[in-house]
Amino acid sequence: MNPTRLAFLRSTLCRHFRKDPLSARPFEGLRFIDVGCGGGILSEPLARMGATVTGIDAIEKNIKIARLHANLDPTTSTIEYCCTTAEKLVEEQRKFDAVIALEVIEHVADAAEFCKSLSALTAHEGATVVSTINRSMRSYATAIVAAEYLLQWLPKGTHQWSSFLTPEELTMILKRAGVDVKEMAGFVYNPLTGRWSLSDDISVNFIAYGTKEK
Amino acid sequence: MNRIFATKAGSDVYRLRIPWRPFSNDAAPLLSSQNAGNPEKGSEAKQYDIAIVGGGMVGLALACSLASRPLTRHLNVAIIDSNPALGRKHFIKKEDLPDPRVSTITPATISFFKDIGAWQFVEQHRHAYFDKMQVWDYTGLSYAKYNARDADKEVLGCVVENKVLLSSLLSRVQETVLPKKIYPSRLNSMSILPNSSSSEVDSMLSMTALFTHGRLAKLELEDGNSLYAKLVVGADGGKSRVRELAGFRTTGWNYSQNAIICTVEHDVENHCAWQRFLPSGPLALLPIGDKFSNIVWTMSPKESSEFKSITEDNFLKAVNHALDYGYGPHPTPSILGSSDLFSWLKGGISKSANDCFEIPPKVVKLASERMAFPLSLRHANDYASKRVALIGDAAHTVHPLAGQGVNLGFGDASTLSSVISEGIAVGTDIGEVSLLKKYEADRKPANVMMMAVLDGFQKAYSVDFGPLNILRAAAFHGAHHISPLKKSIISYASGEMRLPLFA
Repeated sequence: MNPTRLAFLRSTLCRHFRKDPLSARPFEGLRFIDVGCGGGILSEPLARMGATVTGIDAIEKNIKIARLHANLDPTTSTIEYCCTTAEKLVEEQRKFDAVIALEVIEHVADAAEFCKSLSALTAHEGATVVSTINRSMRSYATAIVAAEYLLQWLPKGTHQWSSFLTPEELTMILKRAGVDVKEMAGFVYNPLTGRWSLSDDISVNFIAYGTKEK
Repeated sequence: MNRIFATKAGSDVYRLRIPWRPFSNDAAPLLSSQNAGNPEKGSEAKQYDIAIVGGGMVGLALACSLASRPLTRHLNVAIIDSNPALGRKHFIKKEDLPDPRVSTITPATISFFKDIGAWQFVEQHRHAYFDKMQVWDYTGLSYAKYNARDADKEVLGCVVENKVLLSSLLSRVQETVLPKKIYPSRLNSMSILPNSSSSEVDSMLSMTALFTHGRLAKLELEDGNSLYAKLVVGADGGKSRVRELAGFRTTGWNYSQNAIICTVEHDVENHCAWQRFLPSGPLALLPIGDKFSNIVWTMSPKESSEFKSITEDNFLKAVNHALDYGYGPHPTPSILGSSDLFSWLKGGISKSANDCFEIPPKVVKLASERMAFPLSLRHANDYASKRVALIGDAAHTVHPLAGQGVNLGFGDASTLSSVISEGIAVGTDIGEVSLLKKYEADRKPANVMMMAVLDGFQKAYSVDFGPLNILRAAAFHGAHHISPLKKSIISYASGEMRLPLFA
């Protein structure tokens, strides 16, 4: 799924920051934060695309692994990894041009507060990107039953279906936090080719890009 | 398995990498003890994004293709080839006689060359478009004539000398901004270590450290130079050293046939490609331009040494005989009944269906030496592994009977450069196996299909057996008269369809 998420990020953020989409490192000079970075699978490609990346995760082990892996490539060894939370960074008054929180919001206790933190971290005229899983019948069948029980791609209990957000709910809480959702897309898996692709179908996995006006 | 890992949460993937540490601890001391013996050999080893081993037509085509894409045009490329011609500016003189080593370029390849900006250079030298083709065999039972207009095209292909293709690609790559360096040497050894993690926090990691942790491949050349690269591309031909060093296994067999190639001259211009299947192999006559043609005559190794050593006059007589009444009669349309047999399948009259059988123009002079080389089919079981990808003959060699070989290689170069460009767009490390396997997944089915078709033809024509001869003749007849079939055949051979018969 990662290349597909990166394709969406590249397309929307190049447009947002008015950068040349045909450049190999379009995000040169921009500060990005990868909230819930895990092992760094999103932070590293973003760094290779030129961004100054900060990766944060609440779990110390993930940060350790991410740092070890990123140190091996001069382009990614500049990523700043911290074991902290979005809320703590807000207290430190950090600001970023783009705040990216992919597949995180379904795991937090209070989604509305989380969105407020994301918004507070976003600089003026910056972008916020959130991706998560929709709360729908289809997502129950695919993300819970299929992914956790049948195919066992994820350990059982990774996700709580009741804490999934619908696109409308996500848009609303982001709006209340000061972020205007401009574009949304879905990720669709083709079991025959084993590939993920971007699509208009937001019924299971979806991603939303919004801008901070004030 | 890789796909399933990729869709798991990111942390799982990296947790799996940690166990490699014990291996790297063993490897690192080994390397440093080796280096201790050879301090700074060959001075500073440089680091490149891509090392293309083999600066032949396909290797240079890859370089041109990378140079023509916005996302890859600033990649640092090293080209390793000991051919001195790569260091010279212009090595073709207009007065030169045509070289016997030529390739038949399909329309798909012509359009690839135009995209990468190299076709303009080809047009400055000798090249021959052809729009007609005639194929028949020794049994005289049938023939097939193809005309480009049957598939609404202008040309069926273009015959170009290999040295012209090479020089055009070289000229093009030299005028682009792609940062490149040509190493006039051969590859001696190559090593790629498994991935491992580093506990050092050091943003100025040396190339040696990156190599030790599996982030770069190290190449050692015969002249003592070394270089590091994120990706090594094996474009070094049928006896690929990269393929050997990387441990790729191959499948294949020798055809127990040799091909004799030479340039011949006619009294008249030749605009048609001729191929006659003889009992021991096909004889092809391809126009090169200026009343010259190229001959590719496939035969058994014994016959090939005979034909190489007979006098020029006798050789020319043999060629004319083989193209005319030698080995069997001319095909006449009445043998299998007239075209009414297939009229219900015709689906529109193909323009060449009513063309009569013609005898190819007589060969009057030999314009080059006769060269012979053995034919085989070879296919690498994989095209890609960590930090290595194979393109062109290094990945696959085919029978020359349909002039497809180098076109498959150009297709590989085009696809690999597109896959690398897509990888850069999403910030991937270009040496990652998952990215390179995308290239393999695109090209392997198409290449294997073409090889199967060509091998099928080769086997079908190596047997002289009554009923099989009639079957082949019926196939010819069908291809000649059934225009949707003819259109498909032309489209497939032109490189426009990846798989035959499936749109």
